Amino acid sequence: MEFAFNEEQLMIQESAESFLRDKSTSESIRRVMDTDTGYCPELWQSICQDMYWQAIHLPESCGGMGLGYVELLAVTEQMGRYLLCAPFFSSVALAANAILLAGSESQKQCYLSAIAEGKTATLAYSSSGSSQSFNHVVARCVADGDHYILNGDYQHVIDGASSEFLILAARDEQDDIQLFLVDGMSAGLEVQALPTMDQTRHRARLSASNLRLPASTRLSQFDNANTAFSAVLDLATIALAAEQVGLMQQLLDMAVAYTGERQQFNRPIASFQAIKHMAADMMLRTEVGRSAVYYAACIADEYLAGTGTSESLAEAASIAKAWCSESAFKNAADCLQMHGGVGFTWEYDVHLFFKRAKASEHFLGNSAQHRERIATMLLDEKRLFGNTPLFSDKKLVGAEK
Amino acid sequence: MKLSFTPEDEQFRGEIASWLQENLCGEFAELKFRGGPGDEHMFPEQRKGWEQKLAEGGWTCVSWPKQYGGRELSIEQQVIFYEEYARAGAPGRMGHIGDGLAGPTILAFGTEAQKQKYLPGILAGTEFWCQGYSEPGAGSDLANVKTKARFDEASGKWILNGQKVWTSLAHESDYCFVIARTDPESSAHKGLGFFLMKMDQPGITVRPIEQITGTSEFNEVFFDDAVCDADDIVGAPGEGWKVAMGLLGFERGVSTLGQQMAFQNELDEVIKLAKSRGADRDPALRQRIAQAHIGLKIMRYNSMRMLSGGADGSLQKEALIYKLYWASWHRDLGELAMDILGEDADILAGENYELSRLQSLFLFTRSDTIYGGTNEIQRNIIAERGLGMPREKRAS
Repeated sequence: MEFAFNEEQLMIQESAESFLRDKSTSESIRRVMDTDTGYCPELWQSICQDMYWQAIHLPESCGGMGLGYVELLAVTEQMGRYLLCAPFFSSVALAANAILLAGSESQKQCYLSAIAEGKTATLAYSSSGSSQSFNHVVARCVADGDHYILNGDYQHVIDGASSEFLILAARDEQDDIQLFLVDGMSAGLEVQALPTMDQTRHRARLSASNLRLPASTRLSQFDNANTAFSAVLDLATIALAAEQVGLMQQLLDMAVAYTGERQQFNRPIASFQAIKHMAADMMLRTEVGRSAVYYAACIADEYLAGTGTSESLAEAASIAKAWCSESAFKNAADCLQMHGGVGFTWEYDVHLFFKRAKASEHFLGNSAQHRERIATMLLDEKRLFGNTPLFSDKKLVGAEK
Repeated sequence: MKLSFTPEDEQFRGEIASWLQENLCGEFAELKFRGGPGDEHMFPEQRKGWEQKLAEGGWTCVSWPKQYGGRELSIEQQVIFYEEYARAGAPGRMGHIGDGLAGPTILAFGTEAQKQKYLPGILAGTEFWCQGYSEPGAGSDLANVKTKARFDEASGKWILNGQKVWTSLAHESDYCFVIARTDPESSAHKGLGFFLMKMDQPGITVRPIEQITGTSEFNEVFFDDAVCDADDIVGAPGEGWKVAMGLLGFERGVSTLGQQMAFQNELDEVIKLAKSRGADRDPALRQRIAQAHIGLKIMRYNSMRMLSGGADGSLQKEALIYKLYWASWHRDLGELAMDILGEDADILAGENYELSRLQSLFLFTRSDTIYGGTNEIQRNIIAERGLGMPREKRAS
């Protein structure tokens, strides 16, 4: 059984850890989180040129490193741990995966190479958050000669105001999902940056009103579009769960360090069982989440290699996200509680993690939504990837039309 | 990082699976899915017969060295063995204390004479063991041993006096390993001895404990001038704690991984029940059923991590959390089963306090978070050993 990092993967993890510990410090996070883009261009350049993380799982033919999802997640976990503010998640976990699964050879050649060179991109897909069905696409597109006319609103788009490329999801007349890749600056979309409670990840609202797109912007290898779109989001979900594991680890480490130093009643508060038991539960959540994410990483690799199924990818993604979403928030809440009064201040970093934990909990589906997805697989006759794909709620779509 | 077993391991899986299919039938068919936790008191004689059947096929003591009749299986193949065993619904092992605890302890710490005397009976499935650790006043505080062992110069034997409790299957056992105080002046983990004792003797009395389930698989064992040969102490007098701790390492070892397949059988039954009652349409229960499925899946991934790392034998973080995790999961499954049944959960299967399998699961799993280190003790261990947090001040 080799369900552990090999030497090369350990090296990747360790170099990510030490790079981010140096660069993604409390001061640097606080400096960039108030800026328009929400990240430091020099740091992003350093990541893209020196570390080459954006290219880890991209094919070598597109300038990538040709490594796998396990390697990608080894790095993503550390990004969560050090609360990296960078357009990595949007460019790699969302956009690159979409191009990887939906682009033609020439589109991959063009756009994955651009991402490998450090261009930023994101995926816009969801309308205003519905508690019924997460991740459902409601924007519409209609073919018009050699163009498509696109209408719809996209909410909460990660790095939507700063990305150089945008991938827009919309449903066609057959209700199939199509993806369009456009230039972020000149697409003719209405873009509105949204102030966010979690300032370490910036979001925007995009609106398309009769946006006329050449057919060539459509990612054209999107067979069985709804299943493939689910797979794109599942891959992103797994990366997000890895971030959450990093978040949980850091919160645990912060709690152990602080309670070890903080003296009350002439002893460190870490010696009280009430504190120790909280910390033990935090470690359990972290390690269990890590096991789920490592497993999902292996399943993602099988899927990307063409040896896995979209069903097993969906299950692994939902298991990981269902566990990690609630757990990361619980760790954040416990860490804040263990810090007492200082945990409530702007000065201490706990609140940065606390807010990221809550935002990540709901991004790409919260625990209850992923549990319901697992329940559908376990209990319902209707197949997850049959005529009624999980990510499309046709009733809702119809109601809005 | 890889997920799969090797082709050789998968071939081994086929071997044990087909042996079980060919042999778990006829007179043994009624034992399927019986004798597990909460049901251990059932069919003792037939299950002893099954142990001998296993021995015929060479399927007892699969982890032991070949020199002593074992198969010397790799960790992976041990896991496969336990998985297939549970998947086939083969009965709870009457021999598991000898196979998994007494045997490995004797192998690790015993003399050659002790090995020759005790191992063959365990291997053949003809001699059964129980463990004498817990005492009435010593639950989580395992080292608080009051049972005394005195060496009688005249007879050249050890004489034991005291009481053990929660001794599972003592009434079905031929031998018991007992931890007792050899130095009356000592306290805690110093001055203990580790004794191998014959159960059938005038100085030992077994009294069953009636449990929450109304059944009795645990016992109290009383030692009144019970006798143990001088040759039957493992390690030197005073070294008993070291031996016992080595044994707890075995207890937390690989056989607990196989239990996940038994958990899967139970979860399948719960899901079937939910579907048959329409509880699978209830949004709140759907959440809990999904959570149970997720929890068991991750339990397996966690075990895969445990098996993959730590070639140096160190207890890793994923191993430290394992008991707390599975015990809580199993307890929650019992509660879920009752909540799916609703008011029907209260109605028994028959007279004489006859419980259904799921009712028994619900009641018996309360012990999971207590024995082998309560959840609270587990959290202390995680905090102190896993996170390096300070120890509690000891009461003086």
